[in-house]
Amino acid sequence: MLSYIVFTLTLCAIYGLLALSLNLIWGGAGLVNLGLAGFFAVGAYASALATGAGAPVLLGWGAALAVGAVVGLLVTFATLRLRDDYLAIVTLGFAEVIRLVALNERWLTNGSDGISGIKAPLKAEFGTQNFALFYLGLVTLVLGLVWLLLRRLDLSPYGRALKAIREDQQLAAFAGKPVLRFKLQAFALSAAIAALAGALYAHFQSYISPDHFQPLITIYIFLAVTAGGVGRPSGAVLGAYAVVIFLEATRFMTEWVPGLQPVQLAAMREMLIGLALILVLHLKPQGILPEQIPKAPAPPASA
Amino acid sequence: MTAALTIEGLTLAFYGVHVLRGVDFAVPEGSFTGLIGPNGAGKSTLFNAVSGLYRPDAGSVRLGEAETTGLSPERLVAAGLVRSFQLARGFPKLSVFQHLMLYGAAQPGEGLLAGLFGSRAARQREEQLAERAFGIARRLRLDHVLDNPVTALSGGQKKLVEIGRALMAEPKILLLDEPMAGVNPSLTEQIAEHLVALNQSGLTICLIEHDMALIRQLCAPVIVMAEGRTLTQGTFEEVASDTRVQEAYLGRRH
Repeated sequence: MLSYIVFTLTLCAIYGLLALSLNLIWGGAGLVNLGLAGFFAVGAYASALATGAGAPVLLGWGAALAVGAVVGLLVTFATLRLRDDYLAIVTLGFAEVIRLVALNERWLTNGSDGISGIKAPLKAEFGTQNFALFYLGLVTLVLGLVWLLLRRLDLSPYGRALKAIREDQQLAAFAGKPVLRFKLQAFALSAAIAALAGALYAHFQSYISPDHFQPLITIYIFLAVTAGGVGRPSGAVLGAYAVVIFLEATRFMTEWVPGLQPVQLAAMREMLIGLALILVLHLKPQGILPEQIPKAPAPPASA
Repeated sequence: MTAALTIEGLTLAFYGVHVLRGVDFAVPEGSFTGLIGPNGAGKSTLFNAVSGLYRPDAGSVRLGEAETTGLSPERLVAAGLVRSFQLARGFPKLSVFQHLMLYGAAQPGEGLLAGLFGSRAARQREEQLAERAFGIARRLRLDHVLDNPVTALSGGQKKLVEIGRALMAEPKILLLDEPMAGVNPSLTEQIAEHLVALNQSGLTICLIEHDMALIRQLCAPVIVMAEGRTLTQGTFEEVASDTRVQEAYLGRRH
């Protein structure tokens, strides 16, 4: 049971990173990125391949960040003139393209067999039981650091300009903001964070295959950010924890609900998740931790 | 006198409809220029073409000596040209204070790295801008609504925010599109006084306004546009006594 809790919490932290990534680009710049699973996959494969070729794990994670950022820039350039629904469709397509490439380019990704035996950092030193705890600590630490940085960004003049772009791109240009630069940077950073989450996931599972990167992940993360509070990093993280814990807890429903068959359970879980989202949106339309408008500092004493 | 803004032969058509048919005029440096004309004369479209919203089909726009035809809005802001909008626009989820801060020029804190890690230059600039924002908010009587989102403001207050943020940008030339429409008369008087003071301290202003009393009080020269062209210009008395101007407003007598 303890190892199951550790597993769940590790997954929470990885989803938390994905939620922060989405919150930056969606809550920050207002760009609907349905390609999150694609960037997640890119990072996982980048790190798995780099460490498989003999690179140390940290270098693999660095590679995931870099490849994620570059792919993010490419996607932004390809979708410069798109917003809203159109951007959503194209990015959804992007994630599917990545999954299909992983499925079919066997020479690189080993196709549907996936890549196994991905290095687990310091596993020999810790032993299996302690490694799980160590990795949970590590991933949670990374999540904490990224959260701290993004929270700062959110409250900085950069975050302010980004939110202005989210609200009205044209007006932001008339406020003198170089909209394109902001979008490119935010998208690249967001993609890099999703890719880092992918790398952490790959080394956690030690096995990845195209099946791990279904569009459903993107939907779960959208759910997490929506429930937690769009536009607020703390809300995104909270939402991710809530969604994963909810997903995992409902596995045990057969124990509380008499007469429920395992097959029915699987269907019930999806329904419950939908129901939970509707409830949250009904009771707290802005999410559990809504976006806050920062207060002006105290005016100078001479005023 | 040198010109802060020179417009020559500017034309613009939408789907074959010629909205601007060759606009020529200059806004003298340091002047408080009025731009008037009947509805549909092309005044707002001219502002849009000058400020980078639309790219003109032909003609040129110069800011001082620099050619700025067809530049993007953010480049024009950097060059010192700032405008307000006829229908006050704002970022719904940003507070009044954030609006003012947003418009501040030269912000090192808007770099990605400075945003992520913070920087001394960014902090100092924020403090300077905040001080400026408090000053402007006080003068425009917005200091008690600084933390409100702009969606919670009245129409008149939105107009004030529009003026306030244009001032935050420290422009060289300010294009104002009916800034007083919808503002109560006593406040209009104060905004007018404020604009005059700014103008006297060296800011060039070009104002579109339908209130002729205000134009008479504030503006020289006054430029008259009709049907996408510059009709005439001069002092308010000169243009007001021009029969072509009267015809443009009242329709031709046959």
